[in-house]
Amino acid sequence: MNFENFSAHFRAFHGRLAGFGFQSPPILIGGRGRAASDPFREHAPVRAGEIKISLQGVSRNYANEQGAHLVALQDISLDVRSGEFLCIVGPSGCGKSTLLHLIAGLDKPSGGEILLNGRRVSSPGPDRILIFQDHGLFPWLTVRQNVEFGLRMKGTSKQELRERARHFLQLVQLSQFSDSYIHQLSGGMRQRVALARSLAMQPDVLLMDEPFAALDAQTRDLLHDELERVWRETGQTIIFVTHNVREAARLGDRIVVLSFRPGRIKSEFQVELPRPRHMEDPRVVQVAGQVMDELRGEIQKSIESEFRHEESA
Amino acid sequence: MKKALSQFAFYAGLILVWQGLAIAKIWPPYIFPTPLGVLESLVTGFKDHTFWIGIAVSMKRMAIGYSISAVLGIILGLLLVVNKFLEETVGRLVVSLQSLPSLCWLPLAILWFGLSENAILFVVVMGSLLSITISTETGLRNVPRIYSMAGRNLGAGRFQLYFHVLLPASLPHLLTGLKQGWAFAWRSLIAGEMIFVTLGLGQLLMMGRDLDDINEVVAVMVLIVAIGFVTDALFFRIIERSIQRKWGLLPAA
Repeated sequence: MNFENFSAHFRAFHGRLAGFGFQSPPILIGGRGRAASDPFREHAPVRAGEIKISLQGVSRNYANEQGAHLVALQDISLDVRSGEFLCIVGPSGCGKSTLLHLIAGLDKPSGGEILLNGRRVSSPGPDRILIFQDHGLFPWLTVRQNVEFGLRMKGTSKQELRERARHFLQLVQLSQFSDSYIHQLSGGMRQRVALARSLAMQPDVLLMDEPFAALDAQTRDLLHDELERVWRETGQTIIFVTHNVREAARLGDRIVVLSFRPGRIKSEFQVELPRPRHMEDPRVVQVAGQVMDELRGEIQKSIESEFRHEESA
Repeated sequence: MKKALSQFAFYAGLILVWQGLAIAKIWPPYIFPTPLGVLESLVTGFKDHTFWIGIAVSMKRMAIGYSISAVLGIILGLLLVVNKFLEETVGRLVVSLQSLPSLCWLPLAILWFGLSENAILFVVVMGSLLSITISTETGLRNVPRIYSMAGRNLGAGRFQLYFHVLLPASLPHLLTGLKQGWAFAWRSLIAGEMIFVTLGLGQLLMMGRDLDDINEVVAVMVLIVAIGFVTDALFFRIIERSIQRKWGLLPAA
């Protein structure tokens, strides 16, 4: 199926979407094959795909200001399959963000290895794109220029830049804001631009670091729907870090719980609920409850540590 | 509109008080200029082209000297951020040298270049270079970490990171430095022109003193201030507005 069909399909879909208030059934696009002339790779949603990312005994230590040794992550071993939506939950300070930075190549592990498609990760690469909690969009560029940024760094031709930016802005439904500056957008719109900017790179893996934590509940719910839809359409592998267990149960195929200092994998949950899911779905609530039971003790430890820190300070 | 009106009222009042003092003849006219006398000086100055020539000569020196120090200052500021060794050596030196009034470079410049155009340019460059360097450096250092992480994350290499992320991200800060650099350069230029004689506004100022023409002295001073104001309004404020508009930085209060 070619790109024109794809766009047409999309526009029709968006027409319907508006009426549904985003809650339309997901569409699955295309088969696995693709024509050579396609400007965009089409991912077929793959569930039990090959192993995309493999963490093997990964640890990360820091020295704090007093020179004391701090183990942020210890012996993390984890396989993420292609097309999987993996959620990582943990109390604040458990090293969730550190883990994403390591996978993104923005930080280096103190021990162990991170493999992407079997190759060792040592620096940032366009195959792994991280979405930050506070979006990290560039205020001196327009929305469109932000989306084009990564491709421009790669030296993509001007025509393709435009084409792809247009496509991905359409995908997150922000086409009419392409010439706006970032400060003119709402928090939810900014995260959607960040999503489009990352998707435009067509990464193998999307790393999301509490991307919706700073948003109000309604906006977050809408973005969950939208992220789920985009994920199903692109077949991207997503690693999503959050401290919100309900969010994890709403989005994840699998949930990994990290312990508090040292950050270790405490337990794993497979979430086999049908999609699209809803935050209020009792089954989602139930899964979230189970995850919460695992997490409660760790949160307690995290809070106690903060109190101790305050007393000693 | 209201702003323009109050500004007009202020200047009109100022001139009225000034004229009143002149009419009162508290001081003799060769010490105390009159508004009309200054206006007359301005008109003659422009009519016999001396002011035009003075402005043209001074602005040409500014254009050359300031461009040199803007380019050099930004490059030097970048180097200080890129290289740790330079930061610890040249960086410290730059900060200490800034305590030197720019006119102190004049004797050195005259010994090096003689009483020439280059000596003046040297003083202008030294007057503004350091403040541009320092503001480039602090601007780059204060770029929020998330921008450089986002840039690297999106595949920007080392050079690309500086030119596509860090420099644009430090633009608001950099502009303040460029603006300050312009003011410093302008002051150094006029001071330099006053001391050694070659056309230019500074020389006109001194000529007014030599001829005991207080009206001309004040007329040239007015001109110097007016040029400073106009370049700020025409050049820097336009860039500043555009940055504020893009970034959504609203002026406080």
